[in-house]
Amino acid sequence: MADALLEVSDLHIHFPTDDGLVRAVDGVSFTLERGRTLGIVGESGSGKSVSSLGIMGLHQGTRAQITGHIKLDGEELVGASAARVRELRGSKMAMIFQDPLSSLHPYYTVGAQIAEAYLVHNKVSKQVARKHAIDMLGRVGIPQPATRADDYPHQFSGGMRQRAMIAMALSCDPELLIADEPTTALDVTVQAQILDLIWDMQREYQSAVIIITHDLGVVAELSDDILVMYAGRMAEYGSAEDIFDAPGHPYTWGLLNSMPRLDQARLDRLIPIKGTPPSLINVPSGCPFHPRCQYAAETNGRSETEIPALRPVGPGHLVACHLTSDQRRAARGGAARLEDA
Amino acid sequence: MSGDALLEVTGLTKHFPVTRGIIIRQKIGAVQAVDDVSFTLAAGQTLGVVGESGCGKTTTGRLLTRLLEPTGGQIMFDGRDISHLSAGQMRPLRRDIQMIFQDPYSSLNPRHTVGSIVGAPLRLQKVSTPHGIKAAVQDLLQLVGLNPEHYNRYPHEFSGGQRQRIGIARTLALRPKLIVADEPVSALDVSIQAQIINLLEDLQGELGLTYVVIAHDLSVVRHIADLVAVMYLGKLVELTSRDELYARPRHPYTVALMSAVPVPAPVRGEEGRQRRKRIRLAGDVPSPLNPPPACRFHTRCWKAQEICRTTEPPLAELDPGHQVACHFPENGAPEDSAPDGGAATGTSQAAGELS
Repeated sequence: MADALLEVSDLHIHFPTDDGLVRAVDGVSFTLERGRTLGIVGESGSGKSVSSLGIMGLHQGTRAQITGHIKLDGEELVGASAARVRELRGSKMAMIFQDPLSSLHPYYTVGAQIAEAYLVHNKVSKQVARKHAIDMLGRVGIPQPATRADDYPHQFSGGMRQRAMIAMALSCDPELLIADEPTTALDVTVQAQILDLIWDMQREYQSAVIIITHDLGVVAELSDDILVMYAGRMAEYGSAEDIFDAPGHPYTWGLLNSMPRLDQARLDRLIPIKGTPPSLINVPSGCPFHPRCQYAAETNGRSETEIPALRPVGPGHLVACHLTSDQRRAARGGAARLEDA
Repeated sequence: MSGDALLEVTGLTKHFPVTRGIIIRQKIGAVQAVDDVSFTLAAGQTLGVVGESGCGKTTTGRLLTRLLEPTGGQIMFDGRDISHLSAGQMRPLRRDIQMIFQDPYSSLNPRHTVGSIVGAPLRLQKVSTPHGIKAAVQDLLQLVGLNPEHYNRYPHEFSGGQRQRIGIARTLALRPKLIVADEPVSALDVSIQAQIINLLEDLQGELGLTYVVIAHDLSVVRHIADLVAVMYLGKLVELTSRDELYARPRHPYTVALMSAVPVPAPVRGEEGRQRRKRIRLAGDVPSPLNPPPACRFHTRCWKAQEICRTTEPPLAELDPGHQVACHFPENGAPEDSAPDGGAATGTSQAAGELS
């Protein structure tokens, strides 16, 4: 852990609104080393995007109240000056967004936009920047990069736009790359290409990657570690093996059970999580998941009053749940039987 | 199967003209959105239509509900040819054919209450309801798992999953025989998707509905469909029963599509990564304005040979009830389709041999 590139500890991001305080992120902590990938999974409104925007310093100028620590390579980002964060953004950390069409400028050629990102952080001539842009486009697998660099975003297909976004994000060789739902807008066959590209690029650049998605399949493809978020809080954190082979939180069980899967026998009936995700203004008291949790009764009412602390259930595997390990084993056994049935 | 076929589609084709010029309009081409699609769907069954964006699955759905008029081919619904009925002639049939839309946010009028949204079909079709429209709507809300007391609420007061339930209640108001659901769960969160899928299945059992479910998610289709049609660039490339398709996919496109679905299980080491790499289709789906000649998949297919560029493969019945349009179909041998995703591994070897 000595080589941690990114250290987030006790991060809170709250937004005051007329209706009340929105606790979008409430006490998130994790560390990320170079060359590793963290997957953040959660449903809409679980705070996964807000955390990543917080790391990128993109809440500055909004009403967001950020407390806690975000340390990038030892440098504190919470409370850092806008100018300093701006310097880091693009050069040391970069981000890929969900919708490549709305994150590329329609009036500038793709090559010019990538060159601009490079020019901002490097003292080079425009010609050098353009050469670099073409080089980057070639690396992310765009055919004939020298001609395609002069195309406008609308002339690119969805997959190629996302490749161009990746080229732009990687143009300054960032140490941290955040991909926020990078493949949600793409078709499956193109999604597979982009996931392979992110994987290959990470191998090549040895950067740390955070991939944010609601799709457990996408997370499994890329992640070393996984953080499951629910209502702005950490529900579970562990290695990919921990999360998929021995998940410890009832919400993770629910997510894994509720999705139809191609790699397993077809179930006659899906097992959904009951209810709907809570509003972030009125997060349920105690464990935020308790109104939807089928094991809430087993905690003798603690789940309704007491916020569960993140406790280790194995090396590096943290779970925020009141269930004792015996209860968990029994419940999980029941869930496994359900799967077999 | 054809004995009690509710829906019989033969040679269904839809071309959208592309024109140039404002004063003198010239037709300069056509988007071949749907080309020669045929299938038969028995009452009480579910047809799943899968494919990537631009493959014509949504257009097919709109043709079946006659929101669009086909350029060619025939749609027989309940023994009646509905392919070229006028809007007026269609109106009485709208009771029998209904649609569920993808986006629960844009498909409900924000200025209308739930009661008036769900009751609208009853009023439009002048259905006589024994205890009044309000009671009928409240029954419908109950049926789809909503609180009947929410009759007077507006759509914005509901979550995405609840809105989709409202859309389903509206669809069911007229007790249709056929429901075309266009991506019914793709806008919903994972934990809510399962709720809606279960609801659709329960309603099918309870009311004897026939579904056409259009989806890009192969795992959702596998769960809900009895019969699956795989489309690529407007063409039907494979059509067979669900179990057959997922156990023995024969068209290379279907195989590639299945292998592209990310598996929610951890990748173990470099070896696991290689195993996962499977078949990757290069590039994107070509434009339907100018589809590749002959087999439309040949530009991305790893098995393509000269004949694929010159002769279009017909949709042929390779096994009983298993239609495939390919010159070089996968053999579909059982050892290729071990439950651990062996089908994909088998073909990735084939891909490796070629490269």
